[in-house]
Amino acid sequence: MCLAIPALVVELLPADMARIELDGVRKEISLALVENVAVGDYVIVHVGYALQRLDPEEAAQTLALFAELSGAAAA
Amino acid sequence: MKYVDEFRDGALAANIVSSITHEVKPEHTYRLMEFCGGHTHALARYGVLGMLPANVQMIHGPGCPVCVLPIGRIDFAIRLALEHDVILCSYGDCLRVPASDGMSLLKAKARGADVRMVYSALDAFQAAVKNPQRQVVFFAIGFETTTPPTASIIKQARAAGLKNFSVLCNHVLTLPAMEAILTKPDGVPLDGLVGPAHVSTVIGSEPYQLIAKRYHKPVVIAGFEPLDMLQAILMLVRQVNEGRAEVDNEFTRAVTPQGNRKAQALVDEVFEVRDSFEWLPVSGLKIRPEFIDFDAEARYPDLIYRSVPDNKACECGAILRGEKRPQECKIFGTVCTPENPVGSCMVSAEGACAAHYTYGRFREAA
Amino acid sequence: MSTTKSNYSRPLDFKNGCVEMSHGSGGRASTQLIESLFSPAFDNEFLRQGNDGVTLPAPPAGCRLVMSTDAHVVSPLFFPGGDIGCLSVHGTINDVAMMGAQPLWLSASFILEEGFPMADLQRVVVSMAQAAKEAGVPVVCGDTKVVERGKGDGVYISTTGVGYVAAGVALSGDRARVGDVILLSGTIGDHGMAIMSQREGLQFEADIRSDTAALHELVAAMLATGADIHVLRDPTRGGLATTLNEIVRQSAVGMVLDEAAIPLSKTVAAACEFLGLDPLYVANEGKLVAICAAADAEKVLAAMRAHPLGKEASVIGKVIEDASCFVQMKTSLGGRRMVDWLTGDQLPRIC
Repeated sequence: MCLAIPALVVELLPADMARIELDGVRKEISLALVENVAVGDYVIVHVGYALQRLDPEEAAQTLALFAELSGAAAA
Repeated sequence: MKYVDEFRDGALAANIVSSITHEVKPEHTYRLMEFCGGHTHALARYGVLGMLPANVQMIHGPGCPVCVLPIGRIDFAIRLALEHDVILCSYGDCLRVPASDGMSLLKAKARGADVRMVYSALDAFQAAVKNPQRQVVFFAIGFETTTPPTASIIKQARAAGLKNFSVLCNHVLTLPAMEAILTKPDGVPLDGLVGPAHVSTVIGSEPYQLIAKRYHKPVVIAGFEPLDMLQAILMLVRQVNEGRAEVDNEFTRAVTPQGNRKAQALVDEVFEVRDSFEWLPVSGLKIRPEFIDFDAEARYPDLIYRSVPDNKACECGAILRGEKRPQECKIFGTVCTPENPVGSCMVSAEGACAAHYTYGRFREAA
Repeated sequence: MSTTKSNYSRPLDFKNGCVEMSHGSGGRASTQLIESLFSPAFDNEFLRQGNDGVTLPAPPAGCRLVMSTDAHVVSPLFFPGGDIGCLSVHGTINDVAMMGAQPLWLSASFILEEGFPMADLQRVVVSMAQAAKEAGVPVVCGDTKVVERGKGDGVYISTTGVGYVAAGVALSGDRARVGDVILLSGTIGDHGMAIMSQREGLQFEADIRSDTAALHELVAAMLATGADIHVLRDPTRGGLATTLNEIVRQSAVGMVLDEAAIPLSKTVAAACEFLGLDPLYVANEGKLVAICAAADAEKVLAAMRAHPLGKEASVIGKVIEDASCFVQMKTSLGGRRMVDWLTGDQLPRIC
């Protein structure tokens, strides 16, 4: 249901497949559920399928949010 | 690991925890349900529960597809494997779940059934291609994250003209489950919900508007990593403090309002909602008539589904609805342990009981 | 005296031949297998005596005998970084070494499956012989049996090791004391994930090699410091978590670990993430845990890091008072969790 991991698309393969890599682990997964994925994109992988492309800008913004102090905490 | 390690950073965690601690109103108890079993597991595994202030209580929800799987469905799969000599392909999560008569898929394998663990639905499809003289049945479970892959291989099987492949469909739906929790009379009181991460990448954030508008509960969709969860908890605390009941998205790097339209269309093409099922508080999908050739329930009509009640002492039902905590079940940790699970909440890695037993029971003994 | 021409016997076909039932029955075929493969590979003065048993010298005054045995049933037989052959040598050498003993001799018994390719058997035996030679621990006696096709898994190997432990060395799982420091010699999970990467159905490519290694010289270097070491153990099946849980139970103590200090290679971490496995429970074959008095921790750590097999050694936790004998861990996030016993076999998860 939930165990999914972001991985880098390193090669596009025939039959709607792709090779992804995460820190030296490479696997072939299916792109049947997504569109317009390019080499260099990060995708969320679950049970051998890419579910969604990861948005690097949103990721950066979320990380910045984590670093914000709340009003009271900053005091 | 990029996009993983940064979201597990200890210093940032301390920062968010500090904000939560400062912003909670001391006189209020914040009762928040994390719906998704993966979130339950993450909270326990990273020790997040112990970092939260005492008046923020995380209540575990039913978003664990193994936990809500009725025993009768596993019996069905076991009988297929033992009596019909099929190649039964299953995700690892299901193999140890206790079924009737002390059996499980793993025990059936020990008795000679050809039960094979797969990491991906594609592996089940490949098994059918490589073994044309055998029947292959894929035991499909999961909420909306795992349903699109099943839909995809059913279509792939049709395109390949496979005659020896079918799916035993146990896919379930998140929104009806959430509604069931919120509408149950004497149900557990909740101040807000943490929405599932990867289900939401598929269905989008829009569907949760129903929960916010109809039940006036804030919903924050959280990513899968502990920092995501902490931030989502902070966002919920803020909504509760401000009296808001809105859908908010913490997992913006993967969840959009519309979700994955392509995956949704695939699922809609292959599956439809079941009329009724005895799933705990969720509702399920079945394969549409157009794809009946790939429906194991149609291919093996002599296997009549038999409903099997949970063990009387087992509190999985109440725990899945958030009404009881694992430690409140009489057989938790004594009769029922991960080694000898009585109910599926203890055997599934995502189950509240397993998570508490494996990562958290040291706190009771202290 | 008449001279008899020795009967011509066909040499073993190492290229295309297979193990047959006759190779285990003690007759000519058995002898041929021993004389063509096992003896030349393991060759040493003991084997050359050609007896069923071997007489070994008594330990020097003050020393005691240590013995250990292990069976090896790994599948696949050949994996990145090693094979069942060298594994069976390293595993038993390590068990003897964990008692603080110098491993001296090994015995090896083989259960072969009818039909097992001779080429594979040769590969396994050569690897074993090489491992034994490099470690300086010869295989001095052995046995071979053959079971019918379908009743084995290619080959099972059982090894027993014997060594001497010096006076005054008393390493035991029940000797961990409150205040002791826990050290780990290097990265966890390499062996188990190397095996996983070869399992059908879970195929992923990764540069993960088994860490299988003989640890006796590392142990000798650690003992030579004169440090007050209480426990040595190699975390094999069930991983680091299982070993630590065994020790807390034996010693009636608790432990607190520091997750951030546990060495873990990026690739093993990623492979575990993919499969939903916890590296704490994944098997190792070339690592050890040492529990020693706090005052000596620096000394032991330095000795470990100076040895090639301990380059990444690290302090990973300490022993505390705990009536419940839990192993707790401060997570890299800053929270606390338990590190419990393993339940069954770790199976990859979807959720």
